[in-house]
Amino acid sequence: MKRRDFLKSVSGLAAGAALPAVPSVISSAQADARSETLLIVSEGGPNNLDIHGVGTNVPGYEVSWNCYDRLISHEMKTGPGGVPYYDRDKFKGELAEDMKIDDMSVTFKLKKNAKFHDGAPVAARDVKWSLDRAVSVGGFPTFQMSAGSLTKPEQFVVIDDYTVRVDFLKKDKLTIPDLAVIVPCIVNSELVKKNASEKDPWGLEFTKQQTAGSGAYKVTKWTAGTEVIMERNDDWVGGPLPKIKRVIWRMVPQAGNRRALLERGDADISYELPNKDFQEMKANGKLNVVSLPFSNGIQYIGMNVTKPPFDNPKVRQAVAYAIPYQKIMDAVMFGLANPMFGAAKDKPTEVAWPQPHKYNTDMEKAKALMAEAGYANGFETTISFDLNFAGVNEPLCVLVQESLAQIGIKTTINKVPGANWRTELNKKEMPLFTNVFSGWLDYPEYFFYWCYHGNNSVFNTMSYKSAEMDRLIDGARVAAATGDMATYDTDVKGFVDLAYSDIPRIPLYQPFVNVAMQKNISGYQYWFHRRLDYRAMAKG
Amino acid sequence: MLTMIGKRLMFAIPSLIGVVIVTFLLTRALPGDPAAYFAGPAATKEAVEQIRKKLGLDRPLVEQFFRYTNDLAHGDFGNSLTTGQPVAAEIRNRLPASAELTLLGLIVSIVIAIPLGVLAATRPGSWVDHLCRVTTTAGVSLPVFFTGLVLVYVFYFRLGWSPAPLGRLDVFYSTPPTVTGFYLIDTLLARDFEAFRSALSQLILPATTLAIFSLAPIARMTRAAMLAVLSSEFVRTARASGLSPATVIVTYAFRNAMLPVITTLSMVFSFLLGANVLVEKVFAWPGIGSYAVEALISSDFAPVQGFVLTMAVMYVLLNLVIDILYGVIDPRVRLEG
Repeated sequence: MKRRDFLKSVSGLAAGAALPAVPSVISSAQADARSETLLIVSEGGPNNLDIHGVGTNVPGYEVSWNCYDRLISHEMKTGPGGVPYYDRDKFKGELAEDMKIDDMSVTFKLKKNAKFHDGAPVAARDVKWSLDRAVSVGGFPTFQMSAGSLTKPEQFVVIDDYTVRVDFLKKDKLTIPDLAVIVPCIVNSELVKKNASEKDPWGLEFTKQQTAGSGAYKVTKWTAGTEVIMERNDDWVGGPLPKIKRVIWRMVPQAGNRRALLERGDADISYELPNKDFQEMKANGKLNVVSLPFSNGIQYIGMNVTKPPFDNPKVRQAVAYAIPYQKIMDAVMFGLANPMFGAAKDKPTEVAWPQPHKYNTDMEKAKALMAEAGYANGFETTISFDLNFAGVNEPLCVLVQESLAQIGIKTTINKVPGANWRTELNKKEMPLFTNVFSGWLDYPEYFFYWCYHGNNSVFNTMSYKSAEMDRLIDGARVAAATGDMATYDTDVKGFVDLAYSDIPRIPLYQPFVNVAMQKNISGYQYWFHRRLDYRAMAKG
Repeated sequence: MLTMIGKRLMFAIPSLIGVVIVTFLLTRALPGDPAAYFAGPAATKEAVEQIRKKLGLDRPLVEQFFRYTNDLAHGDFGNSLTTGQPVAAEIRNRLPASAELTLLGLIVSIVIAIPLGVLAATRPGSWVDHLCRVTTTAGVSLPVFFTGLVLVYVFYFRLGWSPAPLGRLDVFYSTPPTVTGFYLIDTLLARDFEAFRSALSQLILPATTLAIFSLAPIARMTRAAMLAVLSSEFVRTARASGLSPATVIVTYAFRNAMLPVITTLSMVFSFLLGANVLVEKVFAWPGIGSYAVEALISSDFAPVQGFVLTMAVMYVLLNLVIDILYGVIDPRVRLEG
């Protein structure tokens, strides 16, 4: 059935819905059309349909995930609350039917019946071209590839039409997982090359506007900032044929309206609502609300350790004892987060991340530590946050401000516009701030490499430098690659302990990703990228 | 007449040049760094620099400005980074959405406000006058997003009379082939009456919201102008000559009171067009206001410049139309460039 015919066939039904005073008789065919269409409402939409593009935003990742295939993907396991959760350690083929890992390379055999949306077969040269593209275009995709030590086009070797080998530059445990993230997607190289130009050799302008993949869905219409319409690709071989035929994704900026649309039953799925709404919707039980912790993610209070007063560990500990943790959990998060504080005194450190620290709200201890540090009369400072997430950040900072005032630290709140936040982080001058970090790859050493290592990446927002910390992090990375689990465990426990005794950043909680959907929607899966995977979903 | 229009347009050129320069400088003076913003959540310093180079932001300001004006001269407004589309195309798509909504809102407002203002002026101190005062005060003191949310809550969420606030058309309709960009007109041209009904039902709530807000200036201005005219000598003469009250009010008084009302209308229209951002947000309306604000939040220069420039051109044209209308309504107003 063509789109236009389809629209004609449902128009009667929709007209009936528009003016409910007119009773409408719904034929079963029309009801089917509606039951095979998923209507998603969210605040923001994609700015680019290709994750390799310049500055593609997070909603754009969702399009890429569903419209392109990768060589491999993750298996599912049962996560918290029985929700399917991606299995960090188990891989399955998507375009590849076989994966063979050798000492310094991995070889993929492609599925021979895989086709791009235009009917061209998916061949080894497409894989090579796409991976070359990912490591060459610069910006975020290239950066993400390098996180798995994938940096040079020479690493991708075509063996024959349906066999590709990826050579390792060095042993790195993250190389294989990095081939299953969103970035190394396989693009229709012939089609894109035809539409590339000298100025744009990778055809980024072309793939920005349309999808050129082999994935389970293809974008049939995209009006930036308004809607994305995706249709199922019936020839998809990456997995079982999805049940949803059509996905309509509309941008509704007003959170209250998104909730109203859900509660009236007009929209099927929404996310990005205030925590309070999620908590209320959970309580009244009309909708299905799924809340799962961000994998490898933490909201924290950071302190710049290069400048007084936060260069003094005693002051940092005092702050850690003065944070109103439980109040933040109750009044800001409405319970929709995992606490990362107040572990029992005798609880041994685990080889896991994130895990709670042992600080609790204890004003007497905080005051004593302030006096010890020579700041019995307190000091003045500013606390900064990103306005893009003001819904959580603002009340959080107000609570922290109130609490710090009790130990003599007078804070002014500095609201930084979203466009400016990253620039401010990069400058590393904010004395006190709150932020979230979460890594796609769910490994403690990955998190610590970005956030605590002395090479001072943008996410080491505290400018924390410690030779001992670097030794432990590097040690864990090497141990992971060589499979030396005993050293790995000691090093991971070591850097967690050090991060908590030196406390340059104070973990508050592990946030939840919340998704609200109608009761008749099933098949939601949690992925590391936290966006929707339509391929497993069903309606009715 | 034509020379007058030509002269007026000539005078607009320096102000447009001024607008181009000022918006260019203002957007560059914004605190955000677009390169850092678009480099993504996990960018290194090198990645940010790569993006900066790609966007041409590493060049000197003067060079950027000349490149920008050169593009403008070729009708190229640049590309928006947040939506990824050419700005000219986006404005062309979004301006009709805002204009349709604003015009309809204004028409609803005029239909209510002008009779209300006239009645209030003819019977000052009566219940009509009080009604006029109360409605206009209430309308102007309720913020538009609040009125919009209340309307959505009552008519969509509670009563279910209104369709879902999901933009210009129900999700299951396809957009009519673009002729004017106004869905009400395009659907009729395409003889798609169901889509017309859908477009109209989507428009009712946002247009009402805008109308409630713009009632006040129009009604108050009508009342004030009518009061002034009604107390003037020619009205007294007309009344003394035994003309019917309707003839006196409509033919003589109202026509003379229209000049200030038209001026107010033009002000209200141009103000609403840019300022209905909040209504657009509440009703997920793909208009020009929300586009500009989103661009501003993400330091996306091109759309902001394009928006300001479009608005400046609209103001110039609107003023011209109003001036011509003056001449039509009141022959005493001689138009001389």
